[in-house]
Amino acid sequence: MGKIEWAMWANEQALAAGLILLTGGIVGVAGQFRGWEFASYAIAAGFFVCMLEYPRSKRAKGTSVERTGQYCFTVCVKAFGPVTRNYYVRAFLHAALCVPGGFMLATVLGCVCLGIASLIYLAAAVRGEHWEPILPRKDTRKPVAESIKSPPQNPPPRPPPEIRRKQAKDVEGAAYDNPIAVTDE
Amino acid sequence: MGNFVANEGLSIFVILVWLGINAYLFVQFYMNFLVERWFYTRVLLGHALSWARAPAACLNFNCMLILLPVCRNLLSFLRGSIQCCSRTAARQLDRNITFHKLVAYMIAFHTAVHIIAHLFNFEYFMDAQLNRNSSHLPFILSEIGDNENVSFLNPIRSNETSPTIVMFTTIAGLTGVVITLALILIITSSMEVIRRSYFEVFWYTHHLFVIFFIGLVFHGFGRIVRGQTLGSLNRNKPDTCANRFEEWGKNESGCAVPEFAGNPPMTWKWVVGPMFLYVCERLVRIYRSHQKVVITKVVMHPSKTLELQMKKKGFHMEVGQYVFIQCPSISRLEWHPFTLTSAPEEDYFTVHVRIVGDWTQALYEACGGNKSELQEAWKLPKVAIDGPFGTASEDVFGYEVVMLVGAGIGVTPFASILKSVWYKHIQNNEGVFTKKIYFYWLCPETEAFEWFADLLQSLERQMTERDMADFLSYNIYLTRWKETEAAHFRVHHEAENDPITGLKQKTLYGKPNWDNEFTTIASAHPGTKVGVFLCGPQMLGKSLEKQCISHTEAGVKFIFNKENF
Repeated sequence: MGKIEWAMWANEQALAAGLILLTGGIVGVAGQFRGWEFASYAIAAGFFVCMLEYPRSKRAKGTSVERTGQYCFTVCVKAFGPVTRNYYVRAFLHAALCVPGGFMLATVLGCVCLGIASLIYLAAAVRGEHWEPILPRKDTRKPVAESIKSPPQNPPPRPPPEIRRKQAKDVEGAAYDNPIAVTDE
Repeated sequence: MGNFVANEGLSIFVILVWLGINAYLFVQFYMNFLVERWFYTRVLLGHALSWARAPAACLNFNCMLILLPVCRNLLSFLRGSIQCCSRTAARQLDRNITFHKLVAYMIAFHTAVHIIAHLFNFEYFMDAQLNRNSSHLPFILSEIGDNENVSFLNPIRSNETSPTIVMFTTIAGLTGVVITLALILIITSSMEVIRRSYFEVFWYTHHLFVIFFIGLVFHGFGRIVRGQTLGSLNRNKPDTCANRFEEWGKNESGCAVPEFAGNPPMTWKWVVGPMFLYVCERLVRIYRSHQKVVITKVVMHPSKTLELQMKKKGFHMEVGQYVFIQCPSISRLEWHPFTLTSAPEEDYFTVHVRIVGDWTQALYEACGGNKSELQEAWKLPKVAIDGPFGTASEDVFGYEVVMLVGAGIGVTPFASILKSVWYKHIQNNEGVFTKKIYFYWLCPETEAFEWFADLLQSLERQMTERDMADFLSYNIYLTRWKETEAAHFRVHHEAENDPITGLKQKTLYGKPNWDNEFTTIASAHPGTKVGVFLCGPQMLGKSLEKQCISHTEAGVKFIFNKENF
């Protein structure tokens, strides 16, 4: 359990909670339930949480997998700087957002899920994790071992099988010019 | 179209049957609640009642199914029994985890429908209590049972409460919340990102399923969904009495006050069987974990690979199977899967463990990996083994011609196969059905060759001795190399033995041209079924699958099998 980045799970949980809150809110408003004001709040809060949680953070260790089309969200979330970067802020934000959901049955589930996400974020914050944007290309690749460079630009060091077979039978006909001089170092 | 049906036909059939049963249950139970007995309930709830009960039936069915694909010992047993009848059916059992996931998605979907329908139900029940008008049928219905508490219809008994409070004070509501939360936590921690990188979170959170099943069984105990009793139907027929609700109970009206009762809980009947099977499965695992396993040899390979040779009384394996290993000194609760790399004909079994995470690193250190002197035998850690469990590689010997493709560490199950093939030929040359093996190993680095190259070297030597050099045709592809290495290869490619592996068969560079390979094999073996086995990344699997489908024609059939954990 040592290497777990809690924020990864908190992020999945918060995104799920946002969707559940949103759905509960829609049901409450569409069905015109009593307390539909809370439901309309839940729609707004759920939508906001989804927007905030959609871009995955870059992992401290290992490869980060982006969600489809998350780049625009990453840029927006990054623009808020330390507020969105810090997980304590997120933990308290989610805790605060979830409270009004508890006043109406349709949104209670979203409220509890968001509360749980908030707790996991708190655990992440305590362990010193923070949100990092996944930016294209820059340092998403692991540093490759020194001995292995980029994919080979040179042709394979041996002639292809067809020519090698010819070599066995017809030495002159199988003359093969390696375009780049290869020497034994 | 080619081989699509042969490869995928049975899977599609199983999925269609499963979807069909779901659809049937949904519609059937929807209609069940449109009968006379539920008339008064529908006065309060409308069709929301049916919308809640139909997914409930589907949930019973799917919760019954979800435990079955993860009973690995049961599946291994079934696999062994079916294999004699139909290899295709046995292969279907490889896809158990995929099915488990599909059923889980269906459970999530039906849970959503069920909850939304019940949100409406609670709202309507509350409406009926709040609209306190004596000439309003829903209110009259809600009043029933205030005196003799047993016979009520509306579970919300007063107008001073709220749906939220009622939910938390009824058995159905409370268990519903608990199991939904458990389900959501299980799902979020099973997302691929979490599962692949933080296996322990996935594993431990998944055990919330115990709470899920307990809550599920008790969910219906409150009998909160109530319909008219049969006796009451005789005394109060809804089609005649519904409009005359102001006269109920009066002598001349002919309509007694209706009585209601809830349905007895049904869920336990669906899930008790699979729960019992799963409990047996876990007991088998506990029993096996107490069997003594001795580590007889530890080898550290350069490519951060640890080889463990072990012995266990009564251990019997087939080629390409895998075991779960637990090391109590590292973690009491974690069981990790590893492919067996030894052949059944040997009297010990081995695994090659690649050191990638917490647990494997700890195992390495426990076996003395970071010490320079030899570890004493008695200092080696105690381990427990569960398994072996069957995978597609068991089928290898059922094919006359076989293509084995392994990428990097994915070559491990094939180590077992090659060794076993060799032993079989030594013992019984003519009786072996498999006549030709084409082996492809794709590797990005040269160090990775080391332990496997030893095996291939010894096989190569023995084959030449027995004049059987063309039984096994193997191709090793180095997919990346350094420029300095390249120069060395160029100069030495004329040498008898390959400069990297020391084998007579030369290492090839770059990626194989699958089209060529498949065409060559197809023309060399017309009219046969060729088994294609892969252990490697998904992309490679997809391209091989496509090749299988497109090269299957006029007699030659390529059947694709993918190994998965």
